[in-house]
Amino acid sequence: MSLIRAEFCLKLDQFDLYADLTIPSSGITAIFGPSGCGKTTLLRCMAGLDRCDEGYFSINDTIWQDNKSFTLPHKRAIGYVFQEASLFPHLSVKQNLLYGQKRSKSTMALDEITQLLGLTDLLKRSTAKLSGGERQRVAIARALLCDPAILLMDEPLSALDRFSKEEILPYLDKLQKDLSIPIVYVTHDFSEIERLANQLIYMERGLVKAQGPLGELISNPALPLSTSPQAASVFDGKVVDIDAEYGLATLRVKGADIIVSKNYTELGSIHRFKVAAKDVGLCRNRATEGSSIINGPPARIIRIEQAGPFKMNILMKLGAEGDGEPLIARITRKSFDTLALKEGEQVHALIKGVALNGSDPSFTYPRED
Amino acid sequence: MGEAVSLTLKLATITTIILLIVGTPLAWWLARSKAWYKEMIGAVVALPLVLPPTVLGFYLLLLLGPHSPIGQMAHMVFGHNLPFSFEGLVVGSVIYSLPFVVQPVRNAFEAIGTRPLEVAATLRASPLDIFFTIALPLARPGLITGAVLGFAHTVGEFGVILMIGGNIPGETQVLSIAIYDYVETMEWDKAHQLSAGMLIFSFLVIFIMMAVEKRMRKANT
Repeated sequence: MSLIRAEFCLKLDQFDLYADLTIPSSGITAIFGPSGCGKTTLLRCMAGLDRCDEGYFSINDTIWQDNKSFTLPHKRAIGYVFQEASLFPHLSVKQNLLYGQKRSKSTMALDEITQLLGLTDLLKRSTAKLSGGERQRVAIARALLCDPAILLMDEPLSALDRFSKEEILPYLDKLQKDLSIPIVYVTHDFSEIERLANQLIYMERGLVKAQGPLGELISNPALPLSTSPQAASVFDGKVVDIDAEYGLATLRVKGADIIVSKNYTELGSIHRFKVAAKDVGLCRNRATEGSSIINGPPARIIRIEQAGPFKMNILMKLGAEGDGEPLIARITRKSFDTLALKEGEQVHALIKGVALNGSDPSFTYPRED
Repeated sequence: MGEAVSLTLKLATITTIILLIVGTPLAWWLARSKAWYKEMIGAVVALPLVLPPTVLGFYLLLLLGPHSPIGQMAHMVFGHNLPFSFEGLVVGSVIYSLPFVVQPVRNAFEAIGTRPLEVAATLRASPLDIFFTIALPLARPGLITGAVLGFAHTVGEFGVILMIGGNIPGETQVLSIAIYDYVETMEWDKAHQLSAGMLIFSFLVIFIMMAVEKRMRKANT
């Protein structure tokens, strides 16, 4: 598998940006961090819109920047989606879409992309008559029609209201599944990452604090993600059984089978789901007997840490041997002391609720701001 | 009298065309450049706004006259000296009306911001391509304002023309000079006719420009 390599060094007003990244050439890699940590600058450096004198950027053996050379933005095979849709007001929707396609001599078919993003009925409209969500979908389609080797998205949903966000998210999901273009996705909204990302890059004050698969970083104690009030575990589960009578499906992840409410799905399809840390309880014996909770898979405690004065974070790995996916539980310090839990111990994780991607509005957190 | 009107229109038309060709790239550079001397160039371009036309005309007379290198070069190109000729008037008018074209066009370019240009670059458009397909169309209201102001300002010009063009009927006697002439020779009727014509023309220009600008602003939002 070919990789995208990026190394940027840049002086900013408040701090210096230093990033050394390896990005897999498929799936969605999210760059996450507090506002003003340099995420957008990093993305602009990748596109060549910002220029740092010391930098390296290559994708699939094509070098766009090194010590000797710097490829100008219009000569890079990128797609860039800005925070605001930034459609050209003097062009129609269709002319906007074709602007990049013509210039890149791309073979991407207009029909295919407009269908993928549900734009077929909008082509003849003036850009002024589109809703916020529609505008951003046109902008995404416009970038894709250039047949980019990499799609860079800079907080594409942050300017939209909640309703428009929900309208676009399924399209982004589909995009990732239907096209094999690697996507670098900048956001400060973690709920978007839980729904979309495969890889995560965590930044703070211009520095990359961690990078890796989403599941690993979510439970990484060095990062603030696992101790935040909204801490959660995210899984991609494969449907291995369907119980039509009760409208349930069994999703298999490494180390456990989790039963969720889902009455329309296919065997073998992949679904993302989230388990909030506060929705996980711990039990020494298998307590789902005599309880309304269906999911109580065995797991092994990997690490215990304090999360605030009265709460404890219990990081487990699913499976009796503790070799599966990571799962976080948030319990009270009282329960923790009563149970006298220890690292390495085997327990049952009682999962009170599972939020399924796309079908469950509770998947998105209420925004803090 | 008709000669003065047609000469004025000819001068204003040629001046406006040259101003758009010269002024638009200049305005683009002033809007986008980060050079430290940018505002110095901007100030030079704006000078005719505050300089008395006679001062400008005086220096142009020296600069274009047969004793200066520029004047000698112009003599070689046109076959005669520039002062007191139609070509001399064009040169003077272009310099005199430059800020009236450059300022609105520069404002229009600045109002576009960098975002549409960056978007176009990520869609594989080269800088020149971006200038013609994005910047110019989006700056259209400013270009129209600039053209109309440049044209109208040239029509109303007096001092510079008197200094470098003199008062040769059919060659350099434009409207405003003709009016002055008629007043001097007590031909009040003719002075009245031309002055009233100028008054109506000026009103129409400004009125139409404001109407067009309003409509375009609506269409663009």
